Amino acid sequence: MTDTTTSGPMLSADGVPLKTSLARALRRQKLRALILIAPLLAFVVLTFVVPIGSMLFRSVENQIVSGTLPKTIEALETWEGQDGTLPDQEVFQALFFDMFRAAEAKEHTKLGSRLNYERTGFSSVFRTTGRSLDDIGEPFQDWLEDADPAFAEGLTWYEIFSGTGGEDLIEERRAIWANMVGEGFAGDIGFTLSGEMAQLLPQTAAAYSDWAIYTAIVEDDVVAEEDPWEAVYAALALDLARDGAASALAAYSGAGAAPIANALAALPSLPEIDFRAAFIAENDGWGDTGNWQTLKIYSPDYTAGYFLNAIDMEKGLDGATARPESQQIYVKLFIRTMIMSLIITGSCILLGYPVAWLLANLPVRSANVLMILVLLPFWTSLLVRTSAWKVLLQQQGVINDILVWLGFVDDANRLILMNNSTGTIIAMTHILLPFMILPLYSVMKTIPPSYLRAAKSLGATNWTAFWRVYFPQSIPGIGAGSILVFILAIGYYITPEIVGGTDGVFISNRIAHHISSSLNWGLAAALGSILLVLVLALYWLYDRIVGIDNVKLGG
Amino acid sequence: MFDTAKDAFVAFEHVQKSYDGETLVVKDLNLQIGQGEFLTMLGPSGSGKTTCLMMLAGFETATHGEILLQGRPINNIPPHKRGIGMVFQNYALFPHMSVAENLAFPLEVRGMGKSERETKIKRALDMVQMGDFGGRRPAQLSGGQQQRIALARALVFEPELVLMDEPLGALDKQLREHMQFEITNLAHQLGITTVYVTHDQTEALTMSDRVAVFDDGRIQQLDPPDVLYEQPQNSFVAQFIGENNTLSGVVTQISGDRCLVKLDSGDEIDARPVNVSAVGDRTTVSIRPERVEMDKRRLSPDAHTLKGEVLEFIYMGDIFRTRLRVAGSDDFIIKTRNAPDQQRLTPGTQIEIGWLPDDCRALDA
Repeated sequence: MTDTTTSGPMLSADGVPLKTSLARALRRQKLRALILIAPLLAFVVLTFVVPIGSMLFRSVENQIVSGTLPKTIEALETWEGQDGTLPDQEVFQALFFDMFRAAEAKEHTKLGSRLNYERTGFSSVFRTTGRSLDDIGEPFQDWLEDADPAFAEGLTWYEIFSGTGGEDLIEERRAIWANMVGEGFAGDIGFTLSGEMAQLLPQTAAAYSDWAIYTAIVEDDVVAEEDPWEAVYAALALDLARDGAASALAAYSGAGAAPIANALAALPSLPEIDFRAAFIAENDGWGDTGNWQTLKIYSPDYTAGYFLNAIDMEKGLDGATARPESQQIYVKLFIRTMIMSLIITGSCILLGYPVAWLLANLPVRSANVLMILVLLPFWTSLLVRTSAWKVLLQQQGVINDILVWLGFVDDANRLILMNNSTGTIIAMTHILLPFMILPLYSVMKTIPPSYLRAAKSLGATNWTAFWRVYFPQSIPGIGAGSILVFILAIGYYITPEIVGGTDGVFISNRIAHHISSSLNWGLAAALGSILLVLVLALYWLYDRIVGIDNVKLGG
Repeated sequence: MFDTAKDAFVAFEHVQKSYDGETLVVKDLNLQIGQGEFLTMLGPSGSGKTTCLMMLAGFETATHGEILLQGRPINNIPPHKRGIGMVFQNYALFPHMSVAENLAFPLEVRGMGKSERETKIKRALDMVQMGDFGGRRPAQLSGGQQQRIALARALVFEPELVLMDEPLGALDKQLREHMQFEITNLAHQLGITTVYVTHDQTEALTMSDRVAVFDDGRIQQLDPPDVLYEQPQNSFVAQFIGENNTLSGVVTQISGDRCLVKLDSGDEIDARPVNVSAVGDRTTVSIRPERVEMDKRRLSPDAHTLKGEVLEFIYMGDIFRTRLRVAGSDDFIIKTRNAPDQQRLTPGTQIEIGWLPDDCRALDA
């Protein structure tokens, strides 16, 4: 015996605490184990966790609105919108510059499609307006060029705005670009903004910076040699027309002081500035308060809108409300998916139990043949199996033909076995049956026949022996099989798609539709997340009721 | 023992059993078991003993012949109506039921009322000294405890016949010996008829009233333990029960209960003829190791003796086990008691051995 009279932590022979020595001794093993699983871990993380995580993120992500129209959203904050009035000129002004920038980068159509999910018709509003923004800015260009022809020269503009001290504004505009397009806008643009101009002509400085960044980085042109966008002219007109602009600019004597003075002198001939009217003239969608409400509702970076959509609700200015009855589909579809999955699981238990029992109790040779029959569907392509069911189930198909031939069914009233939920249930029960049989079989294999014998020797009839002794012991197999089949069924796609028609489709078919046809990935992600949560909730419920310890996939 | 099969409690009459239609697992079995008797079926695996038990229980059907229980043929009675208690090799306690529920099971299926059930369960549990364990699950019990519960469950519905299929096979040696004693006591106390299957010959000898030694689908010998041990009827039984020295040779002289056997090595020995009838028959003589005598004074003066060389001396505590080379055989064993005056032989020693002619049985070759 070693001396154990000392108090404190147990020490190993060299005086190091025992826990530390143990951890050190095990570290190598743990590290080795980690290296062994590293490839799989990396594979799972890269191909499973990351995509699913990003997909789930899409269900709430909504940065496209504020990214594309950042200033418009800012300006909209003060607009209440409930009383049916349109937003004021300031908002339309911001919209003009935001849209101009977006249209140049061709981002406005993406936003149009995004908002079209929430309000039909929005997409065309954006598309048509995007084409005619130049027209809105043109009167200002004409006016400025009339006031002083120097404004037609790109170099004039360059000289006015280049200088030092305006770097902050450049970086701010750079960030706005990066936010909208979703990629970095780093790099030299061959232009530095004058801090003086950023103060004297703030809107123009911002618009010119936008243009300069785009010209240098996207178009790869030299800023000094190019003519600015119409939006820059419009911005200058706005800045010059502002109260107090004339007095502030009177003291300015830098580059381009003369053209600016000429433009100030020409102010009385400046065309009326009414962006609201201009936008409504281009597309009367901008005169619809409903559109503006939608834009405001979906302006935050994150939205519950997709999830509300997924449970047949919609977001309004006053909170969520149920959609009209005629538009409610998803809740019904979720319920149908659950009920049909339960029916499929139930039929799999009923059909699979006797087969599994036979497998576990037949002599090895016959059991092997049966096992091959059970596994055969596994070796056949899912598509082939489902298509085979189409051949069997259709009204002129094999099953109906036989029933008619046997006289069970009248030729005029052939059974409708597919393109409805019956077809889905029949085909999916068949396809998922092995997932019920195999766990059942592996559990039954571990129940010794002596239990049944013991029960009979104690006086139980065959049925009592089965029901009171055998069946309770096979429940873990039923549990495992049911979980497998139910979870597979609830997310099934191909079979309902092929034999389900309209009544027999599952929620996953809707998800697939949004992923590949309507391209509303946010809604698809929200539906998928709800499905995932449902499955987890059911799993939890199952654990509470049956106990997950009672699930066995094998001995 | 019985005049007709009708008098016996259990009777097998010309019972045959085949699984595949090609070979017989049980060949013409005739066996009568008396009321209250403890009968053991002993034999190596594949000898047909378990099949016989399963036929009696009703889990296998006899291919030919009849099994009678209290004079009535039971071939067509399903197992659950036979009212036979059974203890299985791995106990077969229902894992999803508590001990009390396990015991209640046979009473419930007989439609017995709750209070009566409880009395019987309590009595059965007390009988196996497991009164406090009613609420436990079988998995929470040790092997020996499970064994007792299995026994209690087989007895709780008061059957007159109990079958046990190697019930002690999974227990360690000490517990097994203890349980052997308890089972026999209980069986005799309750006066129930017991058919016990085992491949362990010590178990068979210590527990049974009679032992049926099975081999090759037949009963080789059916006798009380002492007869079986001391007077084996053929060389299989002699080999199977206890330890045995065998020497083979030819009968050269035979008269009444004495014969002379000339061994293959040329030595001559005295023996008692059992399965030999004429001079010239080949025979295997069998001598128990503890009946071999090294002290010449205890043998009759005219007795034949053999020379032996000690090859190995094994100290086993209560006995000494000495291996000799005798008449060309290297594994001739003698066992001697560890008494104060007992000689401890060293390898290489030459000794002379002999035996009483009655202890040396000339059996079939």
